[in-house]
Formats: sequence, C-alpha cells, structure tokens
Amino acid sequence: MTTTVLDPTAEQRPATRERTDRPESLSGLTVGLLDISKPRGDVFLNRVEERLCAMGATVVRYAKPTFTKPAPVDLRHEISTQCDAVIEALAD
Amino acid sequence: MLEGTTRPPDEVVALVPPNLVGCTVEKVAVNAVMAGCRPEYLPVVLAAIEAICTDEFNMHGVLATTMSVGPIFVVNGPIAVAIGMNSGINVLGHGNRANSTIGRAVQLVTRNIGGGAPGGIDRATLGHVGKQGFCFAEDEAGSPWNSLTEERGFDRSQSTVTAFCGEGPSLVMDQLSRSPESLTRSLAASLRSAVSPRVVLGMDAMLVISPEHMARYRDAGWDRSRFLAELTECLMLDTDRIVAGADGIEEGLPPELAGHRLPKFRPGGLLVVHAGGSAGLFSAVIGGWKNGPGGSDPVTREITP
Repeated sequence: MTTTVLDPTAEQRPATRERTDRPESLSGLTVGLLDISKPRGDVFLNRVEERLCAMGATVVRYAKPTFTKPAPVDLRHEISTQCDAVIEALAD
Repeated sequence: MLEGTTRPPDEVVALVPPNLVGCTVEKVAVNAVMAGCRPEYLPVVLAAIEAICTDEFNMHGVLATTMSVGPIFVVNGPIAVAIGMNSGINVLGHGNRANSTIGRAVQLVTRNIGGGAPGGIDRATLGHVGKQGFCFAEDEAGSPWNSLTEERGFDRSQSTVTAFCGEGPSLVMDQLSRSPESLTRSLAASLRSAVSPRVVLGMDAMLVISPEHMARYRDAGWDRSRFLAELTECLMLDTDRIVAGADGIEEGLPPELAGHRLPKFRPGGLLVVHAGGSAGLFSAVIGGWKNGPGGSDPVTREITP
C-alpha cells in the first residue's frame, strides 16, 4: 500500500541574496527614510534626518499612502533606484 | 475533500497574502482536511478565501496590524442550511462542525500558503480567540428583516459568505426594554464603545441581534431601514465629550473638532445580522478595524459549487 503525503504549504522557499556590504561611512551616500504614515512617525524621522545630515548623508524622504497596506511597487522601485540605504520607522 | 467542489484541483483560487502565493483548489482542500472540514464545506471555504484575498479586504493589513482583529465570516443562503451550519444557540461559540472548521481552514491557508504566521507578519498585540476561525450563519428563517446577503446586493436565493474584519464579540445585555425605542437606545449605548468610545467614523462594526431582541422590532413593525435610521440618530455623538482631554482622558479626537456632532459609523458601516438562541435578551457587538481604502472593507462573495 502506497501512502501519499500532501504538503499544506506553498512549497516555496525564499530566494537568498548576499547582503550589501555595510558602508564604512554614510558621508556622501543617499539615505531614504520611509515613513509608514503612522501618527507622529514624522517627528521621529525629522530627528533621524537631522542626525544623518550631520553625518554627511543626503536624505530623501518617502511615505506610504497608508500604514495599513504594503508600500506600492512603484514606490519600492523608486527607493531602490535612488538610495544607498533605507530606514523604515514605526511610531505608535 | 475535492469531491465537495466541481472546480478543478489545479485552479488558482487567489493570491494569498502576505506572500501573494497562488493557491490552488487542491491546496485549499489539504488545509480544509487539516481543519476538520467535511467535503460539502469546501465551496464555502473557497469563497471565503476569495473574499479576503481582495484589495478591499486587505488581508495583509489585517494580519500585520497590532490591533486584535481577524476575518469573521457570515454565511447566508441555502448552503448554510444544507451543510448544517448553526445560526441558533451558541452561534458565536463552539459545538458545530461547519461553524468551527470553515474559518479554521481559511486561517490555515493564510498561514500555510500565504505565510501569515503570528510573530511574523501577524503582529497582533493581543489577538482574539476568533482568529482561530470565526464563522457562523445568519438565522434568516426566523428574521422579519431582509438578510445580510440582500443588504449586500445579492438575491435571497443565492448562497454567500461575507468577510468582516473584526474583534471578538462583546455582549450587550438588555433584559428590560419592551419598546423598540428603548432597546435601540440601549444597543446604541454599547455600540458607542465599539473599539473605543473615542473612535468615530473610522471603524465599522457588526451587530448580532438575537431573536428575543428582534422580537421588539417585529412586534412594533420596524423594518431594517427604520431600525437603522433610529439607531443612526442615537449614535450621533457630541464631539465635546470625545475630544482629547475630555473627562481627563488624553485619547480622543483632535481638539479642533470640538463643538460638532458626528455619527459613530460611516454610512453602511454597521452590519446587522440576526442570529442566536431563541431565549435570552442579549445581542453582541463586534468592533471592526480601520475602514475604507486605507483599511479593510467588508467583502461578500457568492458561494458556487
């Protein structure tokens, strides 16, 4: 008698990629700040921007249209092509 | 299990969040077996999955939120009777196989196929026991009102499942109201606290009216639209009472909104369902989550063989 075992999962494995090397310095790099649009998230990110600028980084600000949904594909593409590093923040 | 549907096993039912994985009928069937479903429940499970895997329902956000919400399913139409769903005693509790396993099967699909496990994408601070699976049928035969499925734009002869993003149920006790006016004011008093007494317009709710409470409206000749009109008036809130700082509570509306009257719910933001045992002067409020395009809207799907 043959027993067939069925897999309840998606049977997928995430692709693995090498991490980008950690930069020695943020000076001269473009850092994106993605605000997920929670109240007062901007307060935190404003301060982070000040600190990053003092370290010589160029800061570009982005925001999700709503915190309840993933960032749109176009926004993620924009960030990935314009930035060297990204900081995403959650503030409740 | 696959004999419960005419749909081919390799048909893709939906892209299941959060990983947006194409989920076949066969994969749903495997998870339905694990949940304890009978084959005849499978069409309901398939329609329920289609309902939550929509942009309107926003299952990704429902999973990811720290709030204690999950999908709640109300089944209407002939199939609810045909598969023996409970719409009576202990309707929001345990003890009926279909009620207990349909929502459970959807939860397993979300987790096993979509990848939405607690501690991963599911970030609920507390969660609620209904996230294991929360599904029940409306008592249509015993209701003097049109059914939820008709309210949602379907014909009474159609079988449907309505997905609503909600918390666990909260009991509303009113054992003394004998007039529809009194009971409506009493229900409104509880509905004002849905999610938080300080929340207006941004979150929906479901009201489950029991048969003995419904009798007040049947006896008085109130139909659903009369009830909703009277209830809506009772749910107009003076914002002075719910702005930040009122009554020494820092939570609340922005102070600049003081001096207004606002409705607790947006138009159509309260789903009303008739269900429960024939004895007991209780109803239940189920608070929702952020509504609209930036949150989750209720979604109804027809259940097909």
